Amino acid sequence: MSTREKTLWIIAGILIIIYALFPIAWIISLSLKSSADISNGQFLPTALSWENYRSILVGDASELFLPALRNSFGICLIATAISSVLAMFAAYAIARIDFRGKKIILSTALAVAIFPVIAIATPLYNLWREVGLYDTWPGLILPYLSLTLPISIWTLSAFFREIPWEMEQAAQVDGATPWQAFRKVIVPLAAPGVFTTAIIAFFLAWNDFVYGITLTSTEASRPVPAALGLFSGASQFESPTGPIAAAALIVTIPVVVLVLIFQRRIVAGLTNGAVKG
Amino acid sequence: MSQTIDRPAAGAVEPAARGTETDKSRSERRLGWLLAGPAFGVMLLVTAYPILQALWYSLFDYRLTDPSNRSFTGLTNYGVILTDAVWWNAIFVTLLITVITVAVELVLGFALALVMLQALKAIRPVLRIVILIPYAVITVVSAFAWQFAFDLESGFVNSWFNWIPGITENTAWFGDFGSALFVICLAEIWKTTPFISLLLLAGLAQVPDVLQEAARVDGASWWQRMTRVTIPNMKAAIMVAVLFRSLDAFRVFDSIFVMTGGAQGTETVSFLVYRQTISRLEIGLGSATSVLLFITVVILCVGFIKLFRVDLSQARGGN
Repeated sequence: MSTREKTLWIIAGILIIIYALFPIAWIISLSLKSSADISNGQFLPTALSWENYRSILVGDASELFLPALRNSFGICLIATAISSVLAMFAAYAIARIDFRGKKIILSTALAVAIFPVIAIATPLYNLWREVGLYDTWPGLILPYLSLTLPISIWTLSAFFREIPWEMEQAAQVDGATPWQAFRKVIVPLAAPGVFTTAIIAFFLAWNDFVYGITLTSTEASRPVPAALGLFSGASQFESPTGPIAAAALIVTIPVVVLVLIFQRRIVAGLTNGAVKG
Repeated sequence: MSQTIDRPAAGAVEPAARGTETDKSRSERRLGWLLAGPAFGVMLLVTAYPILQALWYSLFDYRLTDPSNRSFTGLTNYGVILTDAVWWNAIFVTLLITVITVAVELVLGFALALVMLQALKAIRPVLRIVILIPYAVITVVSAFAWQFAFDLESGFVNSWFNWIPGITENTAWFGDFGSALFVICLAEIWKTTPFISLLLLAGLAQVPDVLQEAARVDGASWWQRMTRVTIPNMKAAIMVAVLFRSLDAFRVFDSIFVMTGGAQGTETVSFLVYRQTISRLEIGLGSATSVLLFITVVILCVGFIKLFRVDLSQARGGN
């Protein structure tokens, strides 16, 4: 590679980094502007101010933001856990057992995944009001299962197909009990796949806005994206731009941390399910 | 690799159990459904049931504010929607957003994938991490970031780009259809291009190096190698990426809600459904709109797969 070519690739790389991080940098900068500084017409704040963070963590807006943060974490973690377990069983059956109905399950999953969420959310809104699930945690956990199960089943069965299952028998031949063989051989092989799938599922649930805004009405269950969407209209403070930026940054941090730690696995999970599945 | 080892092993077990094959396959099926059943059931429960209920409600004139006056009206709701310009405008806007974003994302995503594939070893890991960040950022957050950047009060875009003709300190980006749609598409493109580029990168990695090398030896230029070797060999990956993204783009909702709230004619089909049911509490009309959206997506999907198959056979015929 010539030096000229090298510089070109480096420039292209830097452009990608700017592309990916620019809006994040803008949110950070915005969140550090004081309310008088918001309209300075510049990218950077004139002076750093923690006013917005105070407002959402201890001030007026904290009544909107903190319950939403708790709801988001709780609902998304529970939904991810349940869907990972259910998907694990389903993917095991699809990868290892030869039975009719495999195709039906996979195509149902695909149909549910590509389905416009709002077309389910509005009928659910009617249904949940009738059965008393409207504005409750289970009322969101259930739809989040249908949101995360399809991709979990696809990704996990792609992972499970790659596991050398005959090693389990080999371990038993070598004198291990079935339980030992499962725990010492299969679990370590399957764990990365399950973990990756759980992260991708968590991202999906964490990102949801449609269910959050249609199926909740109060702090009892409203998750962060929906709370952010309603910040502008229904809140007590004057200019919600700064507090929204601060809240947006706080909810972005966990996902960025997950990405930084598990980058390689997430990429494998995303592409495995779609390309090989 | 594992599959080639796996198969003979499974085949070796079968002949021994031939006598009880039907029993075995029956018990396997039972076990399979036992394991996959709960996941399958939840998906059906949360998806199929609401759709059937929507189908039923769509036949009524039913307002939540006036539940006692519910009356059966047959297909009237569908007639009302399909003869209303609001529906067709929403379809048009949604298709426009889908076509623009998917086309731009495909080109941009391909460029990103090429850079990630060929960039120097030193920066490759960094690129693969940062490219995931837009994917992981909440759509609503991304919509706010772009909205605030273009906003008259809090934005910096007007003061940065006022040297471009047509942009002044007072350009109201969300004031008319074209510029509002531009910002909406920009936000969507920023957020979802990484996903496409990762799928394309996986496709690129599957193109055999030998083919590239042979074309290079034969004196093919970079452009010829791209269009004659690389792209035809990753057609499947491109098709998967386009299908998934198109169907995803077709349900655009979050950005519309945050940026314009459907103003300036930017209402998409998803937003229309939301407004009918949740804001106006028109359960009957809203359900009918849901059903129509459902049918539209099915038509799009089937059409796409048909088209995709035609393409595939053409590719085979060409070979």
